[in-house]
Amino acid sequence: MIEIRNINKTFDNRHVVKDVSFKFLPGKTNLIIGESGCGKTTIMKLMVGLHEVDSGDVVFDGENFPKLDVKGKQEIRKKIGMLFQGGALFDSQTLEENVGFPLDMFTDLSKEEKLDRVNFCLQRVKLEGKNKLYPAELSGGMKKRAALARAMANNPRYLFCDEPNSGLDPKTSIIIDDLIKDITQEYNITTIIITHDMNSVIEIGENIMFVYKGENWWTGDKTEILGTKNQELFDFVFASEFMKTFFKKD
Amino acid sequence: MNPFFHIGRYFMLMFRVFSKPQKLSVYWRQILHEINSIGISSLPIIAIISIFMGGIITIQAAFGFTSPLVPLYAVGFTTRESILLEFSPTIVCLILAGKVGSNIASEIGAMRITEQIDALEIMGINSAGYLIFPKIAAAVLIFPFLIALSMFLGIWGGYAMGVSSGACTEYQYVFGIQAFFQPWKLYYSFTKVIVFAFIITSVSSYYGYHTSGGALEVGKSSTSAVVYSSILILLFGLILTNLFFHR
Repeated sequence: MIEIRNINKTFDNRHVVKDVSFKFLPGKTNLIIGESGCGKTTIMKLMVGLHEVDSGDVVFDGENFPKLDVKGKQEIRKKIGMLFQGGALFDSQTLEENVGFPLDMFTDLSKEEKLDRVNFCLQRVKLEGKNKLYPAELSGGMKKRAALARAMANNPRYLFCDEPNSGLDPKTSIIIDDLIKDITQEYNITTIIITHDMNSVIEIGENIMFVYKGENWWTGDKTEILGTKNQELFDFVFASEFMKTFFKKD
Repeated sequence: MNPFFHIGRYFMLMFRVFSKPQKLSVYWRQILHEINSIGISSLPIIAIISIFMGGIITIQAAFGFTSPLVPLYAVGFTTRESILLEFSPTIVCLILAGKVGSNIASEIGAMRITEQIDALEIMGINSAGYLIFPKIAAAVLIFPFLIALSMFLGIWGGYAMGVSSGACTEYQYVFGIQAFFQPWKLYYSFTKVIVFAFIITSVSSYYGYHTSGGALEVGKSSTSAVVYSSILILLFGLILTNLFFHR
């Protein structure tokens, strides 16, 4: 489990994250949703230490991340897998090398064992046989899936996904969502997903935090979100005519 | 921005670059890869420039020595001194600052803006050490060989051009390149090369690593890397020359 407690972040006198607290549960798909620029990605970057928190705690299974030394932080990070918005695959490496990279760095597996693990991960994201392709030769959806394969290669305990569906067609989005949900449940991972895709929210939103102007504005799950009385969340969820038509507020 | 800010941030980055490697076998593989990418790929440009510059220096020297009091073996002597002391260690390193420096800054800068460096950090990898240390180590290892080759080809180019154009005889040239040779000058040259190799790779990596924004900023980082590497090469060239030629 990951718990954030009263985290704050200010950039150039702009208070971007305001006293946010939330519990991200293991084995569940935890979603951070909100409008563009509301502070979702900043919260995620604060959690993984890409930004330093001004105040507050980020607790990974009892260990307060911001208070750890460099080595302690590295140890936690070895348990993290992250799927970036653009994939962030290493351009100079093939798919096989990309997925095998965390194994190269942190395990003493033999070449054959590594290849087995890489092939398993690639097969899991339906990219089997694409080992020798470079990121430049992949489509957007394939890049996301490859990045997911890399994120899961070293059996992470925590999985962070920054807008895994952005720029993807609805069919591929569902494939990615299902993959993330399956992996989360199968390995009891604490998964945190940033999204503003309402399909994802309704499909896989088991534990949701709605961020509004840098604050934790609402928490709940996918069933509660459709009946919300919270005006800001309502405006966010029912922004499209489609949503208004099919899931009208009473 | 305040130059002290950059100097401080540069040394903080270098501290991370030279912290204990996480997995030596991976670093070693990277060093070999960088030796190929930084060193071997620079061979053709260095060879072409060195041969032509050697020829040009020889012809200019022969043209300048019109007095009967100056022996013609001075052509070979001048060519050797120019190439060994300044052309190969400094001018070739300035060329490498352009070729290798811009390449390093744009490669690391592109990795920064596409979140590849963030990905390394989140995996628990010291991204500065993983990305920059192999480049510095490779350059410090391979540059002396590149410059030695440049020296050889420069002197050979001078010989070919000098003898074929009739500027001097073979005997005069060969005698000239051996005359009054002081081996310590090679130590001076190769000390410069090692310092310049470090400057080119570390300064370029610094600018690439701290790129923020988009493609435009990658271009700016690349330009800054070449400009500041070149200035530092000249500055440290002057400092080392003062140290070695101090009476």
